[in-house]
Amino acid sequence: MAELNAVEIRHVSKIFGFGEFAFAAVDNTSVSIRQNEFFTLLGPSGCGKTTLLRLIAGFEYPTSGEIMLNGENIAAMPPFKRPINTVFQSYALFPHMTVAENIGFGLTMLGKPKQEVKDRVDAMLKLVRMEALAGRRTSQISGGQQQRVALARALAPQPKVLLLDEPLSALDYKLRKDMQIELKRLQAETGITFIFVTHDQEEALTMSDRIAVMSSGKILQVGNPREIYDAPADRFVADFIGETNFLKGRISSVTDGIADVDTPVAGRISATVPRDFHAEGEVTVVLRPEHATLCQPDRADASQMTGTLENVVYFGTDTHYHVRLSDGETLFTLREQNKPLQSARFAQGDRVGIALEANAARVLRN
Amino acid sequence: MTDAAGTIEAEQSRDIRKRWLLSLPALLIILAAATGPLLIVLVYSFLAPGPYGDVQWLASLDGWISVVMEKDIFDGTFSLADAHVSIFMRSVVLSLITTVLTLLVGFPTAYFIVTRPEKTRELWLFLITIPFWTNLLIRTFAILEVIRNEGLVNGLLLKFGLIARPIQMLFTDGAILTGMVYVYLPLMVLPLYASMEKLDFRLVEAGYDLYATPFKVLRKIIIPLVKPGVIAGSILVFIPALGAYVTPSILGGGKNMMLGNLIELQFGQGRNWPLGSALSITLMLIVMVALLVYVRNAGSQGSRHG
Repeated sequence: MAELNAVEIRHVSKIFGFGEFAFAAVDNTSVSIRQNEFFTLLGPSGCGKTTLLRLIAGFEYPTSGEIMLNGENIAAMPPFKRPINTVFQSYALFPHMTVAENIGFGLTMLGKPKQEVKDRVDAMLKLVRMEALAGRRTSQISGGQQQRVALARALAPQPKVLLLDEPLSALDYKLRKDMQIELKRLQAETGITFIFVTHDQEEALTMSDRIAVMSSGKILQVGNPREIYDAPADRFVADFIGETNFLKGRISSVTDGIADVDTPVAGRISATVPRDFHAEGEVTVVLRPEHATLCQPDRADASQMTGTLENVVYFGTDTHYHVRLSDGETLFTLREQNKPLQSARFAQGDRVGIALEANAARVLRN
Repeated sequence: MTDAAGTIEAEQSRDIRKRWLLSLPALLIILAAATGPLLIVLVYSFLAPGPYGDVQWLASLDGWISVVMEKDIFDGTFSLADAHVSIFMRSVVLSLITTVLTLLVGFPTAYFIVTRPEKTRELWLFLITIPFWTNLLIRTFAILEVIRNEGLVNGLLLKFGLIARPIQMLFTDGAILTGMVYVYLPLMVLPLYASMEKLDFRLVEAGYDLYATPFKVLRKIIIPLVKPGVIAGSILVFIPALGAYVTPSILGGGKNMMLGNLIELQFGQGRNWPLGSALSITLMLIVMVALLVYVRNAGSQGSRHG
């Protein structure tokens, strides 16, 4: 028998306001989060991911639906009774307490004996490598250290589920990278289910076991990072995760899950068709920028499209090219890895050809 | 490097000195207005009373002695002035109770206002300040009208047959308390509101998240964080309450005097200005001691918290 899901959201809606101002922040959403999983809610700001997190934490109560924690409906349970802890975006450390008092707060509130609280606080300080700063006020430590204290405070009571509300967004790039690794380590060491909210797709892809992409209060797709990136369920997911090129076309034939699509700008492209999707007629084909390369426009054997190079953006590891295709409308983005001592092969304004890698294209649902 | 830093520092300190100089006229006025009258009161307290009020320029300690002692008019011996001591006691006790009651009523009121949506908060604050628009005297007479024997409360109670005879509410300590709590409540609510408005309610959520019940959140998070407001409000209520004059004089009658009334009596009917001056300075000293004790206690409690 399958293991009980850590958290199960069943047809949950959260409606704010009344009458014509009513607004569904979370709209009849269902999702299951497995035990010991690093699960990410990903979406643009205002998509309802934070509201969903607050519903799980208990700061909001759902308008309808059930929230199951290890098989128990906790939708109406106040937050201080839920064995769930949160790492807040602003950290929300108690300014009138020391680092150690902050970390021990949850355990003290649970009525644990003093010695046990102390031992656990020490263990937590060690886990987040903050032993030396136990007696400091929270205002006397840096942002990264505050982040660690917030994590330790939320982990100390050994919750069933840890919620993280964009905890890394206030940190600078380098520190964020370190904390991403740190979070993964903590999740592996503690074995606690992590539910992580972010709008940063890169963060989501690198850290998560599974990702749920949200938009307008709905979950559009749930899957592991590779599925989300390689096989986006719809146009929104494809557009939100990574950069994507969309080409319109018409299916002429489908054999063994590969469709021949006639496009006005690129001629006939063979594109993968999602399983259990009956593709016919007008479709959209998605192409990732890294699955195409620039070539000379006159090389008929390789080049599938031609256009004018409008923009070259150097990114260090790679270079992005924006090409205006021959129809004069579509702007095609492609990305090439930079090689050592290689100067730019093409300059702005050049006529270029675009070569597509095999199996690069994919037919989008709807 | 040090040269540059030194130059900047010197420049900045010269700047600050210049600012001091600019505010000197204002400082002089404040100094004169604040200390001048006080000095007069201090000097008068060491003089002898004149026959029709005012003072005679004769050095005398009688004013200070009369603050707590009574001179027997026949044999000239001194005994403890029971009336004065009981008035002191009543003033301190009533002011303390007023402070506690306004805190008990003001805290939930301020919390209520802070938790309203930002737009409606101003309206609630506005409502809190409405009593300030009317003269204190008129407001006090309004309370008198409500609680006197033929007043609203007794009238209603009699009408519904809940009591057979009117309850004596006017001219009691209870009446003074009611009046003072009513009058000083805004002085408690406003500083409490100011410090609660700065309270980060995400900390409250964090408390709930970490298994603190609503009562524990109040005790461990909200109260420690709004303590500056509690201290400011308590000071703002306690000081004027201790020297209250209008409220006890109207609602307390002649028998239930407070310090303010006693002082007024010495400058008026009593024609004993030195005693009045000595009493005024005594009142100031009580306030200062009370403040010192309170602030020190509140401060040490705060630092123990974290």
